[in-house]
Formats: sequence, structure tokens, C-alpha cells
Amino acid sequence: MWCVMTMRKFSAFLLTAAIAASLAACATPPESSSDGEGEGSSSSTASRLDAVKERGTLNCGVDGGIPGFSYVDESGDYSGLDVDVCKAVAAAVLGDADKVEYRRLDSTERFTAVSGGEVDMLSRNTTWTISRDTEVGMEFAPTTFYDGQGMMVREASGLKELKDFDGKTVCVEAGTTTELNLTDKMRKAGVTPEIKTFQQADPAYAAYEEELCDGFTSDKSQLVARRSTLSKPEDHIVLDVTMSKEPLGPLTVNNDSAWFDVVKWVTYGLIEAEELGITSKNVEEMKSSEDPTIKRFLGAEGDLGTGLGLENDFMVKVISSVGNYGEIYERNLGQESKFKLDRGLNALWTEGGLLYAPPFR
Amino acid sequence: MTTITPQNPNPNLSPPAEIQISPINWVMKNLLTPWYNALITFIIVGIFCYAGYGFCVWAFTEAQWTVIPANLHLFGAGRYPSEEYWRLWVLLSIIVIFSGISWGIVARNVTHLFSRNVLIGLAIAALISFILPIPLLYKLAIIGLLILLSLAAWGGQKIGAKMPGLGQYIAINWFLVYLIGLWLIGGGLGLEEVTTSKWGGLMLTVLMATISIALCFPIGVIFALGRQSNLPVVKLFSVLYIEIIRGIPLIAILFMGQVMIPLFLPEGMRPDRVLRAIIGLTLFSSAYLAENIRGGLQAIPRGQTEAAKALGLNPPLTVSFIVMPQAIKAVIPAIVGQFISLFQDTTLLSIVGVEEFLGISRSVLANPNFLGRSSEVLLFNALGFWVFCYAMSTGSKYIEKRLNVEH
Repeated sequence: MWCVMTMRKFSAFLLTAAIAASLAACATPPESSSDGEGEGSSSSTASRLDAVKERGTLNCGVDGGIPGFSYVDESGDYSGLDVDVCKAVAAAVLGDADKVEYRRLDSTERFTAVSGGEVDMLSRNTTWTISRDTEVGMEFAPTTFYDGQGMMVREASGLKELKDFDGKTVCVEAGTTTELNLTDKMRKAGVTPEIKTFQQADPAYAAYEEELCDGFTSDKSQLVARRSTLSKPEDHIVLDVTMSKEPLGPLTVNNDSAWFDVVKWVTYGLIEAEELGITSKNVEEMKSSEDPTIKRFLGAEGDLGTGLGLENDFMVKVISSVGNYGEIYERNLGQESKFKLDRGLNALWTEGGLLYAPPFR
Repeated sequence: MTTITPQNPNPNLSPPAEIQISPINWVMKNLLTPWYNALITFIIVGIFCYAGYGFCVWAFTEAQWTVIPANLHLFGAGRYPSEEYWRLWVLLSIIVIFSGISWGIVARNVTHLFSRNVLIGLAIAALISFILPIPLLYKLAIIGLLILLSLAAWGGQKIGAKMPGLGQYIAINWFLVYLIGLWLIGGGLGLEEVTTSKWGGLMLTVLMATISIALCFPIGVIFALGRQSNLPVVKLFSVLYIEIIRGIPLIAILFMGQVMIPLFLPEGMRPDRVLRAIIGLTLFSSAYLAENIRGGLQAIPRGQTEAAKALGLNPPLTVSFIVMPQAIKAVIPAIVGQFISLFQDTTLLSIVGVEEFLGISRSVLANPNFLGRSSEVLLFNALGFWVFCYAMSTGSKYIEKRLNVEH
């Protein structure tokens, strides 16, 4: 009996020790939990803007795996259009575009991460929809990339419209809205193509290249990016049809106007800078420009920045570090990149696109 | 004093001479007779040749291996700042030296430390490092590390032969190496600090896996004992823990750790992400490990405990010197299997955005310069994982053999 009793005591002791140890581990927050020390969430009165300033770094949610939008380059730095938006906000708020902590987020966890305060903003290929704006509780800053679902075919196949797809095969990535849009639009066109779904992008494109399917559907930006990697890019065309609207832009959490305003107006600032002809190369000269609009915009006159809770010359820092929208676009997706993607809808309103910034005054 | 020379008492009873069969005979005997075996052999060899030929054609003509050397530092250490790489090299050298010394000390009684198999292993490692599409500097570094390993093993054997008591300090030394490693990676105390968000690649995978393995073992032992306890509360708690954790998929635990924990904690309290990952992996693995160890505990005959009691050992001593060693020895294959799967489970963290070995590959593949290179990169990943898992399983075989000898 003695043995059983003490055996019990022994295991009880071990267990208590284990519980005590785990409690102690929980009670002492680790050293590196310094991020997010400042007050500031949707529930408290202080804005996330103050939290970011106090912390000295911006926590920005990105995807981390979308060509042209966010990826890690050979030197280990994040690059891409989405990443440049993060950098622009960091430059505006903290004066340094490198003070960004990137957080890679999956499409399932991105909104939880924003509402939980894990990230200050999301810049991750997220389509602006009414339900995300209302029910999910997000606040969408201006669109930085107007995308749409398109269709890539081999030029020799002679396919030109959705109506031509009766009995043809279309490859698509599974589990995305792309798949749903495709069925919808095909039904509307009154044709029934065979749809092949793939879990991942690479095998799907490989199947397309092996001519296992006649068409491939995805967002147009992705189609163009991928076309450049096919063995003979010139044999493939992206059809003119647009099956869905995909306005992609940065977003923040609801009910934090001060912080949302910063993200919104920094994004607008990138567009406005292009319209005013201010680039990363001429921004220093432009500061002494005679044009009152430019003077106000760059903070040489007036106090537009103060109203946002930033320095008046915040746009100078933004443009000198990442450039204006046109430069960002060309660098990541346009002529200076591998993709050579036309501006299309993403041109300024003065050039037939949709980019339009409200006046800075 | 007469010395007894070991002598075969009856030379006539020596084992029968091994029949030497030539390779051709072996093939004839095992693969080609009777005729249907020959047919099966030819079909299987044909399939292998076809697949192998296809792979070689792909590997040497279609595959573009430049993606590996160009991003090797990313695969190795993620976004770790390049000016601090020297710290990782120092750490790697320390680990290699200690591995060598430990090996030498453990194998101090082996007459030929560098037996044929070991030499072949070293040669293969050197050869692979030369075949791999990596910059020359890395190849030389790997060769250098192999030489360092051999030297340290040789030195370790010499030291171990002089001071046989040294063996028991190996574990403590490894703990120290661990602390030094964390200091070298993370910085502080005179080194520039590198936050965990910059840790990545294979380094992070190995780090998370080893810490989780080291932590989940004692926790698993405690819950295995707890589940066998006669105290109702202790037993209930252990059973609840094990059953609840085993009922949740690992990805759900990791997801909760990375995304949902902040929702429950007050603003400003943000446990480190790598730490959260390690806690998640540890919690998960310890439940499975507890069941493995319980299997071992139940395999120990009651007589062992009773004998220990009869000798006057108290329960803690009984458990730690009589029951536990035998129980663990019985389930080493299962435990190592658990460790290997834990090592591979770290890849799930790439889904929640931790830049470990597989996660960083995803980012590399999104680089416009390397679009569509997923076959090459994933093959490289697979090779990396295989090396570590095979090393673990070899290690477990070695431990099993040793424990059997000492029995």
C-alpha cells in the first residue's frame, strides 16, 4: 500500500510541478513582446497611429507569395507593389520606409489578424467587397490595383469569346472565387465547358502548357505574370473578357478614423504625386516649385500633414523612398519588370484609367 | 599470477565458413530464378530505368537550378541580416565540433572510429555537397565542416579514452551549446539583436523542431505517468489533456496560436510568434508522446516494480531508475517516429506565415526571376528534410543498439 500511496504522491508532485511551470511560463511575457506596447485598438480611444509611432515600426500584413505584389527577393528583402504601399505608410508615419515588420498572412487569417491587432494594416491583394467592408469590419483604403478575372488561351486555338468555349476545357485553381465566377459567366453565356480544378498554381499552369486544357482563368495580373514564364509567351493571349471586378487595395480595422485617414491619404498621395509629376528623382527640386498645389502637397506651405497627425512634409519622405504610383507600378508590374503589364485601368484618370485622387487642400 | 588468454576452447566448433558467392551468382539466385521472378525483375528494372531516365533528362536539360544558389542564404537562414551571417557560421562550427567530440567520447572504446561505413558516409556527404548546385564557397565550407567533424571526433576519442567519466557531461554541454546558439542567433549581450521576425529558413525549422522535441519529451513523460496515476484529479487532467489535444488537428492549434491568441490577450501583450509556434508544437507532440510512453510503461512487468520495492527503492527512484529506462527503451522507435513527424510538422507553420524552410520557398517562388521553378525548389526542400530525418533515424538505431548492448 505504501508504494501505491507514495507513487501517487510522486506523480501528483510531478504534475503540480508541471502545472506550476507552465503557469509561470504564461505569466511572464517574453522579452520580445515589445511590439504593440502602446495603447490603441478599435475598442480603446487612442488611435493605432499613436501605437505605431510609439512602437517605431509598422506591422504590415502581406501575402508574401504573389509575383509582382509581394515576394522575397534574392537579398532577403520584401518587394512588390503591396510591399511598397507598406513602405510608403512607414515612410509617412515614421520617416523611414525600412521600419516595417512584415507579417505573412494566409487568405483565411488575414481579417482575424487585422481585427486582433496583429497587424496595423493589410496590404495583401484583398478585393474590396461590401461584406468585407461591413460585416467583417474592415475599412478599405483606395484601390491600388484594379484587377479582373481573365482568360488565357493559345492564340492558335482561335478562341475569342466565352461563347466559343462549349465543350472546351478550362483549368482553374480550386477553392477560389475565380472558380465560381467562371461557372456563373459560362452559364450566362449558355455554354458548358469542362472545368479542371487544381489545388495549386504551378501544376495548373503546367497542365495548361501541356495542352491538357484550352483555356486558363485567373486574375489578369496573374495571367500576364505567368504568361512570361511559359516556354513561348508570344503564342498565348489574354482575352479581352473580364469576368469579375477585383479592386485590390490596402485596408485597416473599422472605427479608427485617424489611422485609416493616414493609410487612405498616403495611398492617394502616391496617385496625386504622379498626377503632379513628382517623382523620387525630382522631389527635392519640386519642394521649391512655384506651383501652390505642389507646395501644399509637399508641405512647403500650409499644414496638411498636421491634420493627419503627421509631419507636413510626409509626402516628401514617401516619394523619396518609394516614388509615386507610376514608378511603383512600372518597377513591379510594368515596363521595368518582367511582366510588362500595361497600365490599363490602373492609369491616371487623365489618361483613361480609374486612378483619381481627391484634391490635397 | 597467471594471465588467462582468451582462447577458443574447441577449435573444431568455429562457425561455419561463410560461403562466398559471386555477385553474378547472387543475382541469378535471388532475382532471376525461376522464370517468373526474372520477368518481375525485368519489369521493375524497366520501370525504374524509365523513371530514372525521365528524371535525369529533366534534371540536366529542363530544370534551371540557378534558383538554388541564388537564394541559398534564404533557404538557410531566411531574412537573417547578411552582415550577421558570421554568427551562424560560428554556431554551425561549434555544433559540428561538439558533435564530433560527443561522437568520439561515446565511441571511445571502438577500435576503428573511422570504420569503412563511416568513411563511406563522409565521402558521400562530401560528394553530395559537390553535386549540389551551390556556390563554391559553400561547398568548401561543407568540406571544411566535415574535416572539422572528423578532427573533433578523433580528439574526442583521445580525450574520452583518458577520462572515461566525461561521457555523463555531454548532455549538459549540449544544453550549454543550445544557450550559446540562442544567444548567437538572437543577439543581445554585446551582439546586435536580431528579432525573431528575421529568423527563417532551415535554421528556424531546426531550431523550432529541436526546442519542441526537447520540451515535449519531459512533458510527455509527466502526462504518461499522470494518466497511470491513481489520483483521480491527476488522472482526469492527464486524460483530458491527451484526448483533447489529440482530437484537434495540429494546424488548428498553430492557427489559434498565431492568430487567435492575440484576441484573448490584452493589448500590448504579444508573445513572440516563434515562441507561440514552439508552444503549439510542444503541446501537440507531448500528448502523442505521452501515449507512446504509456505504451512502454504498460509493457514493463509488474515484477520489476515489486523487485525494486523489495530492494528498498522508493517510488521516485523506482520510476526513474527501473521503470522509465526500460519503458522508454521499449518505445524508442515510436518516440523517434514522433520526433521525425514533429520535425516535418513544422512545415505547417508556413501556412500561418512563419518563414521556415518551406515557407521561405513560397516567397522565393514568387520572385519574378524564378517564376515556375517550383519543382527544383521543392526537390531541394525534400532533400533538406530527408537529410535531417534520416540522421534522426540513424541516431535512433544507434541508441537502440547501444541500449541493447548494455542490457
